[in-house]
Amino acid sequence: MSKPMRITLNVWRQTGPKDPGQFERHELTDVDEHMSFLEMLDVLNEKLLGEGKDPIAFDHDCREGICGMCGIVINGRPHGPREATTTCQLHMRTFSDGDEITIEPWRANAFPVVKDLVVDRTSFDRVVQAGGYVSVRAGSPGDANEIPIPKKDADAAMDAAQCIGCGACVAACPNASAALFVGAKVSHLGLLPQGQAERFDRVRKMVAQMDLEGFGHCTNHFECMAACPKEISVDFIARMNRDMLSAMVKEKDTVPGRKPR
Amino acid sequence: MELLSNAPSGPIESRWERHRFDMKLVNPANKRKYRVIVVGTGLAGGAGAATLGELGYNVLSFCYQDSPRRAHSIAAQGGINAAKNYQNDGDSVFRLFYDTVKGGDFRSRESNVYRLAQVSVDIIDQCVAQGVPFAREYGGLLANRSFGGAQVSRTFYARGQTGQQLLLGAYQALSRQIEAGSVKMRPRTEMLDVIVVDGVARGVVTRDLVSGKVEAHLADAVVLATGGYGNVFFLSTNAKGCNATAIWRAHRRGALFANPCYTQIHPTCIPPSGDYQSKLTLMSESLRNDGRVWVPKNADDCDKDPSAIAEKDRDYYLERIYPSFGNLVPRDIASRRAKMVCDEGRGVGPKVDGVRRGVYLDFRDAIKRLGQKVVAERYGNLFDMYERITGDNPYKAPMRIYPATHYTMGGLWVDYNLMSNVPGLFVAGEANFSDHGANRLGASALMQGLADGYYVLPYVLGNYLAQAKLEKVDDSHAEVKKTVKEVEARVAKLIASDGKRTPDSFHRELGNLIWENCGMARKKSDLESAIKRIPELREEFESNLLITGGGEELNQTLEKAGRIADFMELGELMCMDALARDESSGCHFREEHITAEGEAKRDDEHFMHVAAWEYTGDASKPTLHKEPLNYEFVKPSTRSYK
Repeated sequence: MSKPMRITLNVWRQTGPKDPGQFERHELTDVDEHMSFLEMLDVLNEKLLGEGKDPIAFDHDCREGICGMCGIVINGRPHGPREATTTCQLHMRTFSDGDEITIEPWRANAFPVVKDLVVDRTSFDRVVQAGGYVSVRAGSPGDANEIPIPKKDADAAMDAAQCIGCGACVAACPNASAALFVGAKVSHLGLLPQGQAERFDRVRKMVAQMDLEGFGHCTNHFECMAACPKEISVDFIARMNRDMLSAMVKEKDTVPGRKPR
Repeated sequence: MELLSNAPSGPIESRWERHRFDMKLVNPANKRKYRVIVVGTGLAGGAGAATLGELGYNVLSFCYQDSPRRAHSIAAQGGINAAKNYQNDGDSVFRLFYDTVKGGDFRSRESNVYRLAQVSVDIIDQCVAQGVPFAREYGGLLANRSFGGAQVSRTFYARGQTGQQLLLGAYQALSRQIEAGSVKMRPRTEMLDVIVVDGVARGVVTRDLVSGKVEAHLADAVVLATGGYGNVFFLSTNAKGCNATAIWRAHRRGALFANPCYTQIHPTCIPPSGDYQSKLTLMSESLRNDGRVWVPKNADDCDKDPSAIAEKDRDYYLERIYPSFGNLVPRDIASRRAKMVCDEGRGVGPKVDGVRRGVYLDFRDAIKRLGQKVVAERYGNLFDMYERITGDNPYKAPMRIYPATHYTMGGLWVDYNLMSNVPGLFVAGEANFSDHGANRLGASALMQGLADGYYVLPYVLGNYLAQAKLEKVDDSHAEVKKTVKEVEARVAKLIASDGKRTPDSFHRELGNLIWENCGMARKKSDLESAIKRIPELREEFESNLLITGGGEELNQTLEKAGRIADFMELGELMCMDALARDESSGCHFREEHITAEGEAKRDDEHFMHVAAWEYTGDASKPTLHKEPLNYEFVKPSTRSYK
């Protein structure tokens, strides 16, 4: 085993959405460099529990970088210092012995804090519900190879479809905009022949819902792309904007969307 | 109790078609009058809820995650099988059926497996229509790759994220129904019990994980699509939240638990690095297409830099022992062989408890043959993931891999209609036992989840609802009140614990106990000692559990403790089943039953059956029921991959 590291943590604690919250300081003296960041928090939580204290609440599930459930702002950066990495895939070898690390929840009006580092991201679900799909029922489709799709289109769609819905893009954006998340879904489906029938309707509905949820506007800071664990390109935001413009030219009426919960 | 599979008879090719015609239908205008509860939003639950909603049923769906898009189906990497025969390489529905029955070592139901192979082709059509960006060739047609246990290329994939893309397809279909109002979604809600009224499933009791509120939800039918129970082992490739509470609570209400000892150990996972390890990460089996598995011939070379070990000193043991399947032998065989070479002292990597637990998975030759660019295109995201976790670069040095618990073939017993022995309680996907026998082939879990969700549940539920004579039940019914009270009491008891040991420390001990005694190789004495030890551990759990915080808030320690309590009972049942199954079959490898060549030796005369366990009120004294299995179309033979 490698030499144990000493780590000081400033952890955001908040009992619920109405609590103002505050930082709490914790010391760990025997952190292994091969631990994941969340395993380091597990160790801290076991220690807190042993002392009869309330462990730190944080969201996580697959711990292999794909479910999108984890997400912590680490030293000011969503998912921490490593590029293209979710919090669960960040390992302590990225840090040094003696480091002081500040950890906070995603901060955005559209993601209210549930407890400590846990936030409510159901606004993302409502944006998808507004139109992020192809309307097709089981039983209807023809053969899968009926429509050949050029490899480069399928690859581009896959680049956008990789989004894990973690919300790091929103947390990183000074405006708390969800443009990368929405742009990725609009582009994934808009790049494929199967998504054409509803393409312009889809973008109008999803953008309207995004606005209703209280996400900010995109002003091209591109912090989202830097924070995205799947390295989704801001080109998809541009693509969404083009589709939105076409949609507005094509049809003047607006789709109101629904009220956020 | 006689277990009726209700599988149709006659020619296997037309069984499902005839059965569909024989099933009763619900008039379109009446569908919205029926309420169906679907627990879990993975491939089976998500696809099932979406499809039932689309048909017009009134669906109520639950998941414990913050969003239905997070279900653990999302983590499946390699692909999904379908008998499309797009490669013109000799595939057919019958071959996929044959491979699956053989891969399951003749412990699955032929009728179910055939239906699975049949609907596999529709799944691909459906997913492509939904916009799932499967890998394509330059001509624009769908690409395929081969997978363990098959000699044809029938696996469809989306880079190394096939599960993610299929799940997002199902999630989007589900979202569309939520928007349409046919599905009501309740995330961050955990099911803690089934409500059974007069022997029929009529609802569930849930706990809102944020507010702590315990509630009853009533319905005309309940579908459990809550995944497998691999987290009994503590360390597994499952998500941290995956649990067996839904199916275990249903078991305690009367549903039989089938073949609990059939747990799949996946051969290609990243080995653990320390005692803080919280989960194990799988590296897709598709890596075995181009990666070569080896260990040093001489134990003295095990701590050397692998690049310094000459070709003649390497033992490519799978290619050596199984020349025709080579590195693509089924998972159970690949896992066991890895364990054997490590037990011989030829493992690689750091010593954990005095033994090196790892073998090399080497891409040197593939990179030489195909170039780094092609290898990166096929496996880039997996290589990146490996590098992030271990700090090593697999383009330069071979990966180190070791088996880990991955999938559970066992689950609640269901008939051909995916209904458990409790009427109105349906079980889909990994949560049931039905299609994979004693071993699941790669790329077949996604196939089964979506087959159940898109193509089986909609029919069998209609058939049930059209015939069920259900009396109205509301919250004031005595059975509903009683079940809610029991759940509240269980939660309150956990909160009141004031012992010294954390839930995780119990879970680790249980997991280690099961892994050592009911893991890749099992024997009578080990199983007996585990069966003796588990109730002691359970007793300690009851009296010495440490929990902080209350029940009316988000309390992740409390959630864990509830799940571990159920794993404690299920773990014992797994050992009892493994002990009772006095043969080796598929993943269930009893050291007492080995062929001269070191392979699993089945005993068809005594064990060609499904072992279905009934809860009797005492977790240590279940009753065993048997459903005999018949093979009319695939003649049972000894599996050979040589």
